[in-house]
Amino acid sequence: MVYFIVRRMLALLPVLLLVAVFAFLVLRMVPGDPAAIIAGETATTEQVAEIRQRLGLDQPLAKQFVIWLGHVIKGDFGESYFFKLPVMDLIRQRIEPTLALGACALMISIVIAVPLGVLAAFRQGSRIDDMVMGLSVLGFSVPGFVLGYALMYVFAIELDWLPVQGYTRIADGLGPFFARIILPASALAVVYIALIARITRTSVLEVLNEDYIRTARAKGLTEVEVLVRHALRNAAVPILTIIGIGIGLLIGGAVVTESVFAIPGLGRLTVEAVLSRDFPVIQALIVLFSVAYVMVNLLVDIGYAFLDPRIRY
Amino acid sequence: MNASDNDLQAQLLATRPRAAARPSLWRKALRNRRVMTGAAILALMLLVALLAPWLGTVDPALIDVSARNLKPGERLSITLDNGSAADHTAYFGTDNLGRDVFSRVLYGTRVSLVIGAAVAVISLTIGLVIGLLAGFFRHLDGPVMRVMDAMMAIPGILLAITLVAIWKGGMLTVILAIVVPDIPRVVRLVRSVVLSVREEPYVEAAESLGTPTAWLLIRHVLPNTVAPLIVQGTFLCAAAMLSEAALSFLGIGIPPEIPSWGNIIAEGRALFRVHPHHIFYPSIFLALTVLAVNVLGDGLRDALDPKMRKNL
Repeated sequence: MVYFIVRRMLALLPVLLLVAVFAFLVLRMVPGDPAAIIAGETATTEQVAEIRQRLGLDQPLAKQFVIWLGHVIKGDFGESYFFKLPVMDLIRQRIEPTLALGACALMISIVIAVPLGVLAAFRQGSRIDDMVMGLSVLGFSVPGFVLGYALMYVFAIELDWLPVQGYTRIADGLGPFFARIILPASALAVVYIALIARITRTSVLEVLNEDYIRTARAKGLTEVEVLVRHALRNAAVPILTIIGIGIGLLIGGAVVTESVFAIPGLGRLTVEAVLSRDFPVIQALIVLFSVAYVMVNLLVDIGYAFLDPRIRY
Repeated sequence: MNASDNDLQAQLLATRPRAAARPSLWRKALRNRRVMTGAAILALMLLVALLAPWLGTVDPALIDVSARNLKPGERLSITLDNGSAADHTAYFGTDNLGRDVFSRVLYGTRVSLVIGAAVAVISLTIGLVIGLLAGFFRHLDGPVMRVMDAMMAIPGILLAITLVAIWKGGMLTVILAIVVPDIPRVVRLVRSVVLSVREEPYVEAAESLGTPTAWLLIRHVLPNTVAPLIVQGTFLCAAAMLSEAALSFLGIGIPPEIPSWGNIIAEGRALFRVHPHHIFYPSIFLALTVLAVNVLGDGLRDALDPKMRKNL
């Protein structure tokens, strides 16, 4: 098992290295002199020269990359042009809302989608099945920000049950925290629900055709026992896989959702950084989000090695 | 060559499996209820896009400060190019600059359809070429797939907005920025088809007869990728329209002077609490169009590629 985990982690190194190369090249792909861009429009020639020398921008590209990577590994992404703060401090300030939003959306998705998918599979071809599949296509088609505004309009403006926008830190009380996170988390969860419900239905359907399910039914297990002890356990691997891959959707969705609900998280920071062309922040976010995606998928891999011993080859 | 030879040839042609299988597959697709529903709605949207100037619209950029934030259905008087005034019903109301939302939404159809189609075609083409090469030349496979893995690790919308920030610019930038994150998905699909096809006896046979690689790819591998690529293309098209709307909504997409659904929604944000119709109508059009493409894709997948149904 340890060997399996170590091997999976080693396989990630080239991927992460390539992501780092891309993040590094972001600043070099911008037309113009990177030192002048970093120094800002009002900088004098001496200041630009000083920055060029300090950041090693006069060195060959490969050497610059090694220098930059050395800093990044220590968690130093430089200073934000716009906020004039170390990028890591900025990210530390902004990370809680995004983690909270993602975790709540993930929880909502799994709690709703897995039962829906199972139900659709057990009643294949019925009206319930058609409805679940129809809702799933609809979930893929309605943009997250439209859903966000629709939810906001109904629950916060018309019914006035919940606050309209903003974010309350968990430390400031769980009640207000949930009151503000529930709408954005639901809006973000919809695409994910559509995706997971679909995969759950397909994988449960596949398992239901297996001989051991017939055997389980023949030996007199109730449908619920068949479901829990045999069907769900064996359908879990593809469901886990899609949850891992879907993390990318969740991160992308957070960028939009945080803008709709004015949540000061990493997604909002991404948009601010792009609009102000704050490249050190963009580089850091690319590396951070990619590492998060890769790590979640590593955990998923390890997760199904536990679920299914055959994978631990 | 006499008549019976011709008959024999015709018979041989008729029994060639590929010639016989193709049309029936497409006919099957046309009989699919979802394919027809999706295609019908999409055709309607295409008509709206093409006929936008003649559907009771005015210039979508026409600003009229005296008719700001009208409710849907209210009437206003507009000044035409020749200076005369005309009465106009703002079916969807007007926005905070007094522009006609109905006209803007109808013209916005053009932007979404062009972006959806362009992204699908470009990413399929690039992905197809890379996928064919990676699948067929083993020494290319490893490096190419690592690069694709890295591209997949960066969330699509993050990659797209970074590219827009680097390149700046207009519609073409947005299209390319949406294409780049799609490429690895197409490459993976094509590669998986190539890998399974190249083990087929008929490909091995052709290879052992000394068929040039290029011909082998075109004649034997390419046709097998058509059905899955068409299905993939519809989903890419739907996702691209959503991405454009999201980018424009965030203020980093299509330039604001072009009326795209994302831009109309973005501009409606400020007055959303008082005038939700600024956001409502473009959202309905966007969701309906994307839904049509998705339903079409679902139907095509079931009809063209029964094997893929298992995967999603």
